Parts: sequence; structure tokens; C-alpha cells
Amino acid sequence: MTRYVVQRVAQALIVLLLITSATFLLMNLVPGGPFLSEKAPSEQVLAALNEKYGLDQPVLVQLKNYVVNLVQGDLGVSYKMQKNRQVIDIIMEMFPISAKIGAISLLLALVVGIPMGCVAAYNRGTRIDSSLRVLTTLGISVPGFVVATVLLILFGSIWHLLPTVGLTSWKSYIMPCFSNAFYPMCYIGRLARSSMLDVINQEYIRTARAKGVAPITIVFKHALRNAFIPVLTYLGPLTAYILTGGFVVESVFNIPGLGRYFVQSISNRDYPIIMGTTIFLAALIICMNLIVDILYRYVDPRIDLSKGGNKE
Amino acid sequence: MIMRDSFEPASREEKESHFELVKGVSYWQDAWRRLKRNKVAMISIYIIAFIFVFAFIGPMFSDYDYTTQLRGQENIAPSWGFPFGTDNLGRDLLVRTMYGARVSLIVGVCASLIVLVIGTVYGSVSGYFGGRVDDVMMRVVELIYSLPDILVVLLLSAVLRTPLQIWFNSSGGFIAGKLSVVGPGLISIFIAFGLLYWVGMARIIRGQVLMLKEQEYVVAAKALGAGSKRIIVKHLWPNCIGQIIVTTCMQIPSAIFLESFLSFLGVGVSAPLTSLGSMSADALGGMYTYSYRLIIPAIILSLMILSLNLFGDGLRDALDPRLKK
Amino acid sequence: MDNKKLLEIKDLKVTFFTHAGEVKAVGGISYDLDYGEVMGIVGESGSGKSVEAYSIIGLLQSPGKIVGGEILFENKNILEFDKKQMQDFRGNEIAMIFQNPMTCMNPVYTVGNQLIEAVLCHHKIPKKEAQKRAIDMLNLVGINNPENRMKQYPHELSGGMRQRVMIAMGLICDPKLLIADEPTTALDVTIQAQILELMKEIQKNTQMSIIFITHNLGVVADICHRVSVMYAGKIVEQGNVDDIFYNTSHPYTKGLLKSMPRVDAEGYERLIPIEGTPVDMLNPPEGCGFATRCQSCMKICLKEAPPTIEVGERHTSSCWLLAMPGEGEVN
Repeated sequence: MTRYVVQRVAQALIVLLLITSATFLLMNLVPGGPFLSEKAPSEQVLAALNEKYGLDQPVLVQLKNYVVNLVQGDLGVSYKMQKNRQVIDIIMEMFPISAKIGAISLLLALVVGIPMGCVAAYNRGTRIDSSLRVLTTLGISVPGFVVATVLLILFGSIWHLLPTVGLTSWKSYIMPCFSNAFYPMCYIGRLARSSMLDVINQEYIRTARAKGVAPITIVFKHALRNAFIPVLTYLGPLTAYILTGGFVVESVFNIPGLGRYFVQSISNRDYPIIMGTTIFLAALIICMNLIVDILYRYVDPRIDLSKGGNKE
Repeated sequence: MIMRDSFEPASREEKESHFELVKGVSYWQDAWRRLKRNKVAMISIYIIAFIFVFAFIGPMFSDYDYTTQLRGQENIAPSWGFPFGTDNLGRDLLVRTMYGARVSLIVGVCASLIVLVIGTVYGSVSGYFGGRVDDVMMRVVELIYSLPDILVVLLLSAVLRTPLQIWFNSSGGFIAGKLSVVGPGLISIFIAFGLLYWVGMARIIRGQVLMLKEQEYVVAAKALGAGSKRIIVKHLWPNCIGQIIVTTCMQIPSAIFLESFLSFLGVGVSAPLTSLGSMSADALGGMYTYSYRLIIPAIILSLMILSLNLFGDGLRDALDPRLKK
Repeated sequence: MDNKKLLEIKDLKVTFFTHAGEVKAVGGISYDLDYGEVMGIVGESGSGKSVEAYSIIGLLQSPGKIVGGEILFENKNILEFDKKQMQDFRGNEIAMIFQNPMTCMNPVYTVGNQLIEAVLCHHKIPKKEAQKRAIDMLNLVGINNPENRMKQYPHELSGGMRQRVMIAMGLICDPKLLIADEPTTALDVTIQAQILELMKEIQKNTQMSIIFITHNLGVVADICHRVSVMYAGKIVEQGNVDDIFYNTSHPYTKGLLKSMPRVDAEGYERLIPIEGTPVDMLNPPEGCGFATRCQSCMKICLKEAPPTIEVGERHTSSCWLLAMPGEGEVN
């Protein structure tokens, strides 16, 4: 088990390195440096700027410097949006806000989605099931920004029930978190339902019934754990979704989080921020995937611990 | 009351006429029948058809173009002359919505085609040849799977924006001209699809191929000396058609979903081209005063994706004989 | 001859109410089972043999419904039990083991966990005691090193071992009746033989009754005392093992015996299959279900269902050939 974890962590670091290098090279090999959008500076100013930020060196050297700094926790400084402020500081300031919203959304998606799917599966064929299926299909068809804006207009503008801007009270969290959680909630609901239905039709459930096991025990002991496995697999992409969904939610609700900042940095072409945030987010996602992979092996004993990689 | 002659042996004809053979139905007929019975899927087809007409034929009936700015007609609310109202530049929103829908649909279909081509070929090759080839190819797939897709798309669009712009401005060529209308954002999206999103399709096709290549007709074809390409194209693909169709169909709403998400963030289509997502983004500023400008494209977008999803669901249920009711 | 019978099935009828129509899976069957008796139920797929077994243990699921008849277990009609009574009953007085050992156990829990569960859901005893009982059962079914096996997961055991565990799970509460639904069909031939020997031995020692469902006549000859041959949802012939094999009465049974390869065949004897295809249970034709495939089919066979006629002691057959005017008695 430990060997597996070490192996996976090493793999993760390699992927992270690859992503860093690819992103860096991408941004620097493509013509059009960060300073061209502003009023075109004069030759000398341009040269001075380039030298200051080390942009006059060969790309691979720049990459090496970047990685070396990265390992020490130095992500460079912002070129444009907050001139000369340490990127790492910017990230550390904004991330907690995004994290809070993200965590609540994640929890919401799981806590509502899984029971929803189980209820639908248990009542398969009834009105309850049909209504839930319609709801969940709706949920995965409506883009996050539609949910966010519709909610805003309804609850913020027309009915004046909830605050529309910023994070003033606990009420301000309701709409952003719900908007972000809606899609994954419905996706998990569908997943849980079909997974539960699959499990209920398995022969080991029939064996349990033949043994005379009580129905409640069959659902919670035998069925749920097996049904949870596909949901667990989704947890990795789920984190990625919630993180990136935060971009939209923060933009719409005007929340000063990392997501909104990242989107802005893209329009502004503030490369250090783009790089730093990308690496940070990628690291988070990879980390979450790793945790899920390890958890997976606890939940499903069929997965061979000595071999690496999932069995499909 | 048993007659004596009832105990005579029954003739062969008597036996055969005794039961009617059930008429054999072909796979496609059967699937079509099942699809027709699915009310939700049928309604969805009609909605999709309606949206298609709306998007592609609608503008022909309008006096305005999606770029026409009518001075003095700005910010009109939905009314008889302008069913969806006008925006702050005086552009008729009905026509713009139609064009937006058109763009969204085209992006969806094109992206799905990219996924179809790359995914099917990759999956077939990987599954058919197996062994080391399969191992390596699947490793690559796993790597791609682990990449955070939205980040990649955002980065691509950020990075490609300037160079593409420079190229469009400097080059006078036909391709450059056409592509400049498409815009760097959309190009990035297509590139991203070509790089990332085909892996799902590849996995599914590979699974099918792995299953099918052990079938006897494949062994027979090989024994007759058929080459790999021929076997894959003539024997394997026709038997995967069901899966191919369904997966591609389900890809369309995903692509539209993604495009709207990115356009909303500002990294999708660029002006003057518009999609339903970017229209929503434009309307964000005046969200409270001119709510309709946001709600209308948002609802049409959601309806589009919803009906495509429902139809895809119905299609999958119809083509898969092992129905999970 | 009036011993108390363990199980009496009287005119059981089971119908599946599907979208395509009503499928009369079981069209009125009756048989008795004594204590310590092994009854073999023989038939093709779709003959209804599994369905009637599920009805006995109360595992019949919709769209199937029991639409008629009685099932008396020790003189109690278990069709009138409520859910709780049935749940207490299952696994306790009547146990069932299934065909496919590879998928019969929950993959995420250990063998021990599932065995102990089988005990604890019926008897409130301390866990240690349940554990000991489980280990004893594993020993009984011939699994070596039972303490370690308890900690293993199902996928770590071979097919034959898993089936032994299933048998252990079925027997752990000392049921009076064991229903075995094709327990050896999915196993290798050599393992088949071992499992059959095991079951025979246990049956002799415990005098448990078994309903043994199979399509394999060889297995029937090995382990069963009595046999019911089913076709298209009805029992076409019923009797002691010897009678069925040596005084075969029904054309279907005769056909089955003829289509089996025999060790003592001389030279290259062709296997004689039964012509035709099984009955469409959605639109069953009138008359005898086997009529269209029967070599001796008569006009009346196509029109009316044959009566059940006694051909010997405790040996019955449903065939018009036996009811020819002037021959035999009509029941």
C-alpha cells in the first residue's frame, strides 16, 4: 500500500512538472509577449522590462529558473494586475474565499445528490422516480451561469430575498454555492440512481435476500457500498468541475475569489498569474484524484493494491 | 367428449400450422419502433427540429442582419416590431438570438465530428492491435484524462489570441479570412476538442472492438487474408454503429455546454460573431433592468441542450437491446 | 402411508405480467416432498423450474405473481405469510443456493462477514459463537484452513470453493429444506462431481430435504430420489428415479434420455435431438405444450391438454397416449 502511494505521488509530481513546462513553453514560444497590448513601449523600455523579468534569456533557461523558483515556493510577481506583487501572496489571499464556496458546493452536491439517486432507484417506475429523472436531466442540461443568473434575477432583483453582491452574510453563500452545486448534484443523482439499480439487480443481493437478511440491511450494507464505487470515481472530475465552476459563479456574483481573478488575468495576459494559478489549480485537482484513487482501494477490495493504475 | 378419430396421429402440416412463427424484425426497425414509443424522445426531436429551423431558416424572414445597428432604436423592450427587443447598440435581438443559436449548434456538431473521427480511429487501432500498441495508446489516454480540461482550454485561448490575431491581420489569404471570422477563441475550443475530448469516445470504441474482434467473422476474414484496415472498416465499425451514433449524439450537447461556458467567460466566440453564451455574457451588465436580454438566450440554450440530452438518452435506450427500464 | 409431508405444492400457478403480455410461467404444478427426500426438477430453460423454486422461498419478483395454488410447508400455507414471517423463514427453515458462484457473494465484504451475517440475522447469539459456527460449517463443506478463509474476499477464492461457501451459507441455520438451483452447472466437471458428493454426504448425515433443479439427467440419477420433469410450465412426468429412467412414460422424457450421450454406446451412435423449438410462453398454443415436437402427436394433443394419469406407484405422466380409449385409467 505504501509503495503504491509513493508511486502515485511520484507520478503526480511528474504530471505537474509536465503541465508546468508545457504551459510555460506554450506561453513563451508563442509570439506576442505580455507587454504588447499596452501602448507599445519604446525599444529601450521594452528591453529594460524584458531584462528585469528575465524575458531576454533563452526559453529553456527561463523554464529552468521558473521551476527552480517554483520548488522554493516562488511563483514570480505579477506583471500587470498588481504590479510587482508576489503571485504566491495573491493566490494565498484569494484562494480561501474560493475554497470555502467550493467546499460547500462539493458537500451540497454529495449530500443531496446521493440520497436523491437512491430514492429514485428505490422507487423505480413511480412518479417520484420520473420527476427526479426529469429534474436531474434538467440539471445537467442547464449551464451553471444560467442557473446563477436566473437565481440572481429571481431572488435578488425580483423578490429581494437574498443579497446579490459579495459575501456579506451567510445568506450570500446560498445562491453561489447552489449554482455551483446544481450540475454536479444532478449528475451524481443520475449516477447514483443507475449505479443503485445495477447493484440491486446483482446476484449477491438475491443471495442476501435468500439468507433472510432484513431489507434495510440489504440497502445500507450490501447495496450502498457497491453503488458508491462509481460515484467515488466521479469525485476527481467533480473537484475539477467545482473549481472551474467557481470561475463563473465568482464572476456572476462578484465574489473576490481566485477563479474570477484567473479569468481576468487571462484577458489581461498577466503571465505569471496565469502560470501560478494554473499550476496551483492543477496541483489541487491532481491531489484530489490521488486521494480518490487511494480511497477507492479501501472501498473496493477487488482492486489489486500491488499493481498501479485502475483496472477498467 | 373425445372422438375416436381424435387419437389419429397428427400430420406434419397440422403441427406446423398450430403455432404462428413470430415475425423476425431487423435491428434497426426494432430500434426505430422503440424510439417512436419513447414520448420524451419524440418531443425532443420536434423541439430540436424547431430550433434548427429557428436558427438556420429564421433569419431569412427578418429584415435585419445580426450586425445591423439601428440608431435610435436602442434598448427597446420586447414588442411587436422587435419580438425580443434590441440591445444597447440597437441590434435586433431576435435575429441575434437566431444567429447565436446557429453558432452554438454548428460548434456542437463540428466539435462532435472531431471527437468522432479522432476517437473512433484511435480506439479502433488501439483495441484491434492490442498488446504493446494498446498499452502505450491507453497510457496516453490516461494522461490526457488526468489533465484539467477547462484549464487547458482557457490557457490555449489566452495564448493563441495574440498570435492568431497577428496572423489574421497580416495574411490576406482565404483561410485566414474565414478563420478570422471564427475567431481565436473558437479555434482554441476546436483545438482543445481535438486534443482532449476524444478520449471518452476512444475508450468506448476500444471496448467494442476488443469485444468484437474475437467474433468468428473477424477470424474468418483474417483467414481469407483481409488486411487490418479492411477488417476494421468493413467488419468492426458497422457493428459499433449503435455506440458510435449514441456517443456522438451525446457529445453535441456537451460541446454546446462547454462553448457556452467559455463564451460566457469571454474566451469563446469573439464579436461580432455571437453565440447564446456570449449573448448572455453581454446581457450581464444590464441584468436587472433588461432581464429579458439574459433570460431569452439562456432559456433557448438550456432548451437546446436539454432536448439534445433527452434525445440522446432515448436513442441510447432504443439502440441498446438490454433495456434498463 | 400418511406421514406428515415436509412440503406440499398444490396446483401452483405463476404468471408474469409483462409489457408484451401475460406469460404463464407455471401453469398448475403439484408435488409432495417427504422429510429427507431429494426431489429433482428437470427441464429446459424456460420450463418454469426456477420460477417455481423462487415461489417456494418467496423470492419471486415483479412482474411475476403467484396467481393460484397453495404451498404447504409442514402444513402451513407459506403463501399467506406476511413479509416479516417470510423473512424469518428464509435462510432459516428453507435455504436456497444458486447457479453462478462467481457472482453470488458481495465482493466488498469478507467471506466470514457474509457467513456470520447468515447466522446472526436469525439467531441472536454472540458474535464469537457465530464465528465458531461459521468455521465449523466451512470445515463441513471441505474447505481447508477455514480461519484464514474467513478473512478472505470472494474474488480470492476459486469457483468450486465459492460454491462450497455458498452451501455452507445455506446450511448454517440447519434448514429443513434446501433448494439448489443448478448449483453445479457453472462448474468444471471434476468440481461438479466433488460438489455433488459433498451434497450427497451432507444430505445423508442431516436428512435434510433437497429440491435439486437441473437440466442434467446424469446429476439427477446420482443424487435424487424422486424426479419431476417439467415442460412449458407443467409437470409432464413425475416419479421415483428408477421409474423415470427405466419405466419412462412421457415422450418428452424419452426424448431427453435419447438425446444424452451414453458411456455404453456402441460405436458411433448418433445423438437424437428433440426437434423443434420451445413453446412461446406469451402465446401458448392450446393442448399439450409438447405436441408440436412430439413424434407421437395425435390430433387431440393439439386441441386439449392431456390429463394426468397414474402409470405406477407414485408415478404419473400427462400424456394422451396413456388415455387412449380402452387403455389405462383416466384420472
